[in-house]
Amino acid sequence: MAVALDSRLELHPQVAVRPEPFGALAYHYGNRRLIFLKHPDVVSVVKNLERHATLADTLDACGVSPDRWPSFVTALSSLESSEIVRERPAPR
Amino acid sequence: MSVQPLVEQLKGGLDAPICLTWELTYACNLQCVHCLSSSGQRDPRELSTVEAMHVLDELRDLQVFYINIGGGEPMVRRDFFDLVEYSVGNGIGVKFSTNGAFIDTDKARRLAAMDYLDIQISLDGVDEATNDAVRGAGSYRMARTAMDNLASAGFGPFKISVVVTRHNVPQLDAFKDLADSYGAQLRVTRLRPAGRGADTWHELHPTLGQQRQIYDWLMAHGENVLTGDSFFHLNALGDPLPGLNMCGAGRVVCLIDPIGDVYACPFVIHDEFRAGNVRDPGGFAKVWKESDLFRSLREPQSAGACASCGAYDACQGGCMAAKFFTGLPLDGPDPECVGGEGEHALQTVVPGSAPKPSMDHTKPVRLVRKPVTAS
Repeated sequence: MAVALDSRLELHPQVAVRPEPFGALAYHYGNRRLIFLKHPDVVSVVKNLERHATLADTLDACGVSPDRWPSFVTALSSLESSEIVRERPAPR
Repeated sequence: MSVQPLVEQLKGGLDAPICLTWELTYACNLQCVHCLSSSGQRDPRELSTVEAMHVLDELRDLQVFYINIGGGEPMVRRDFFDLVEYSVGNGIGVKFSTNGAFIDTDKARRLAAMDYLDIQISLDGVDEATNDAVRGAGSYRMARTAMDNLASAGFGPFKISVVVTRHNVPQLDAFKDLADSYGAQLRVTRLRPAGRGADTWHELHPTLGQQRQIYDWLMAHGENVLTGDSFFHLNALGDPLPGLNMCGAGRVVCLIDPIGDVYACPFVIHDEFRAGNVRDPGGFAKVWKESDLFRSLREPQSAGACASCGAYDACQGGCMAAKFFTGLPLDGPDPECVGGEGEHALQTVVPGSAPKPSMDHTKPVRLVRKPVTAS
């Protein structure tokens, strides 16, 4: 899956996020991957994905200016391939 | 997007360790000649089950994601499964190192049924002779039996953990084949002159020529082989190996020993690197956050004698513990400096002047039958 601005994402349920001075550490208990979230804005976006319909809505709500959105799409794509975030399962 | 490179920020320390090693006991059924903790006999001061669980509560509150349990042989502890289950139940994953002696078919099934548990079986030779020369008679069969039992129980990809010595460098490919044959993951780490290893390092550590061989082999295998980031001194040979390329001691790594002492890393069990004890007021968290030792390790470190070397940014001067226990200054070259500076420096060390490990739990050698004493 490619992450796009209209992707409906969530933090993977097996992931824990620990705040650190540089941003946060994300650890996936399933695949044992440890990922560095190197900017506080990335941390707040990741933590707020579920509260908003799409990635674009989350970026907007977190106060990320639109000129930075492409870099966030790249960052979230990388986090999606590490299974730190995932596409929200369709509601049943 | 970050202001400072990540590694620079990590050097300033984290709110809690990423990689915490916890040696559960000094008791061990083996007496490996390179044991980092000079294990053998249990220490009467070892943490009780309740104390150990209290430490786990603290680690949960600090959001430590996982711990590396070792020893001694951790499965010797009667409360081993209680502690592992308590840890995992509190969201702290467990990876434990074992010689495999206690992984029979029943234990293998029990381990296979648990989540968030990784197992590392130690093996230092692909054949009995090479392995047992370091780990003791019978230890090869012991480890292979444990691997067979884990495989039969469907544990999944356990790890085979190899300490690289000059005798097993030629076996790296064979270790990989062995791991592949089990569907296991290979982990190779650097031999450190700590514990009993301080006495055997000079005979066992890879030669200067072998350092290049290890580097090339690790580069060829990339992230398919785990290293615990322990070979960053080799980065002076070319492109960096996968990993953080820095000494994590007291910054992202630390050790809790069986009696609750907290050290900067698993390779420096010595008073000079003891930051405090988990039984102290404020517990582990206070030691991690406030100890003078850890604070000083998080300050920028001097390149010292290595400052004029073009490779310093790549190798970072190597391993603090390796320098310390071979009697070298901490702000000089690593004893295994790939530029050969370590060999030079070692020649200037006065024999017998290197610091000795502070504790020794080696079992006394019994040359004769124990005398019967009247009481």
